[in-house]
Amino acid sequence: MKVQIGVVGAILTLASLAALPVQAQSNTESLVLSGAGATFPAPLYKAWIAAYRKVEPGTIIKYAEVGSGEGVKRFLANTVDFGASDAAMTDAQIATAQHGAVMVPVTAGMVALAYNLPGLNGLLKLDRNTYAAILLGKITRWNDARIQATNPGLNLPDREILLAVRQDSSGTTFVLSNHLSTASPEWHDGPGTGKLVRWPRNAMFARGNEGVSSLVQRSVGSIGYVEYNFAKRLDLKVAHLENKEGSFVAPSERIGVATLAANIGRIPADMRAYIPDPVGADSYPLVSFTWLLLKEHYSDKIKGGALKRFITWSLQEGQNFSGELGYIRLPAEVAKRSNEALARVHTSP
Amino acid sequence: MTYKIKRDAMEKPFALDVDTDSICQPPSSSTLLIDRTFRMFARLGVFVVLALVVALVLEIGVKAIPGIQKYGLDMLTGTVWDVGQQQFGILPAIWGTLYSSLIALLIGGFFGISMAIFLTQDFLPARLAAVFRTIVELLAAIPSVVYGLWGIFVVIPFIRPLTDVLNESFGWIPFFSSTLSGPGLLPAALVLAIMILPTIAAVSQDALRSVPLKTKQAAYGMGATHWEAILKVMVPTAATGIFGSLVLGLGRALGETMALAMLVGNSNQISLSLFAPANTLAALLALNFPEAGPNEIGVLMYAALVLMVITLMVNILGSMMIMYAQRGVKA
Repeated sequence: MKVQIGVVGAILTLASLAALPVQAQSNTESLVLSGAGATFPAPLYKAWIAAYRKVEPGTIIKYAEVGSGEGVKRFLANTVDFGASDAAMTDAQIATAQHGAVMVPVTAGMVALAYNLPGLNGLLKLDRNTYAAILLGKITRWNDARIQATNPGLNLPDREILLAVRQDSSGTTFVLSNHLSTASPEWHDGPGTGKLVRWPRNAMFARGNEGVSSLVQRSVGSIGYVEYNFAKRLDLKVAHLENKEGSFVAPSERIGVATLAANIGRIPADMRAYIPDPVGADSYPLVSFTWLLLKEHYSDKIKGGALKRFITWSLQEGQNFSGELGYIRLPAEVAKRSNEALARVHTSP
Repeated sequence: MTYKIKRDAMEKPFALDVDTDSICQPPSSSTLLIDRTFRMFARLGVFVVLALVVALVLEIGVKAIPGIQKYGLDMLTGTVWDVGQQQFGILPAIWGTLYSSLIALLIGGFFGISMAIFLTQDFLPARLAAVFRTIVELLAAIPSVVYGLWGIFVVIPFIRPLTDVLNESFGWIPFFSSTLSGPGLLPAALVLAIMILPTIAAVSQDALRSVPLKTKQAAYGMGATHWEAILKVMVPTAATGIFGSLVLGLGRALGETMALAMLVGNSNQISLSLFAPANTLAALLALNFPEAGPNEIGVLMYAALVLMVITLMVNILGSMMIMYAQRGVKA
């Protein structure tokens, strides 16, 4: 069944290739709020939207999972009421926002390296140099000595490594490349940090987190990066990665909370920073906040008000959904700052 | 009307030229009107189709100009597709398009023509042949998404063990030089072959069936065996149509998008290996259009133009081959 879900997800992604920006429509009966952006938090947003229908039945919220790059683009083009991105907007981007921009972190997640090696007698552990080398295309076979070194007991197959990566401009790519630029000098001087980076020739491209996760699922010998939830949903194996302190950690709810707790002091006031290489023995190296992009000024008072109520709800009750879906509950400190940011959104006409 | 003619002819066989109850009369004004209207619509239809083709080519051509000016021939020979660095090379996609289509044509062509021979050359009772024909034609009605899914769930798991054996034992042959992970050139080409099979089979059948019965009878009369008659007389006589079917099939294979986007792996590498993931122009276009910026639109239109030119060249080449073959047959 899970196989079907993954592939159907991929098909739907393909089918929505030509999807046009969702235009906000409002009528007297119900209020429609439309948003678009990151695929990384999309399952959580969808769960919120479904649950929020019970809180405020008159408000219909639509979310199109189109990738962070496209989300920012649509937000700046003013075709949606709110955007969503895993990579914060730059100052230059904010300057072009017609009605101002407020970024509210609403949840955090981990990027997992999911792999497909059937018959492997254990879980894969990758040290920092090795996973960088795999993603750089320097290690091309699974039974490479460098992988075997950290996995002495594993029966690694003599297969080619294929990378499953994002085709579209993606916040997940940003989180991964941002970390790799810090952890690996070779990556820093090569692909660098960005929502789109250059991949080696053994990379297969797919759209969205669901596209990558289903590609990993159906490709033996592949490894790809997806938000932890997507790997969990499809039951993909995820690699233990070596963190800054040298211990091997796999993503989980507990680890996610521990990572944020250990690094809370390193988050600057404007909330726009990332934690490219978290400290702490129990910290997972690939962790990121994800943001909702709001206008500073909503001329439609009803719409702006409804949106603010929804986000306020998300920052409180909504957080209870995080763990189960594979996301990280916002630490109280961060939630407080998110609410402060939300207060900057005005709704006067 | 027909009945009347027959009756008249039977009753007065030698009095047809006597104008008693003549059915000949100048066309009435309504007939003329219908005739003229029909001709007008037919002409209009032709013009609309032509205008559409021209408009399409112009539209793509004009939109491709920025891409052509900026990247020129480098795009055709470049192997890196990196939107972040604004570097666009479509050689791997061109390679993948041609490679997958040719393999599909080899497989689909072989089975399609065999099927056409089997169904038209008295191997089966006529009624059974009609059933088979319908089944083959039904293949054409299956949406390409379904083919893609079938490829993912059936073809890939089915051929993977076989490809692993081939890779282990014959890995030194370039065609088998990598392991099949899942999506790859071979599954894509296999599914493509099945997709173009109905086209090839149907058109080849028509070609074989349109060979006059006398030709075949003459061959038998000269003492040819069943197979000699088929291979040395029927197939060469129908060669024009069979070529045509192959060209049509290749055309479809080159442009097929959905199933390939799901099966080919979307990986920009040029490899002879049948088991490596690859890319095709159509899949590249489909995957990149949704969030293309103004600059990428020009590039993608350029790629679309390249695909169109390839398809056009294949068609022209095919037509030339047909003409050549016809001349050969006549001589």
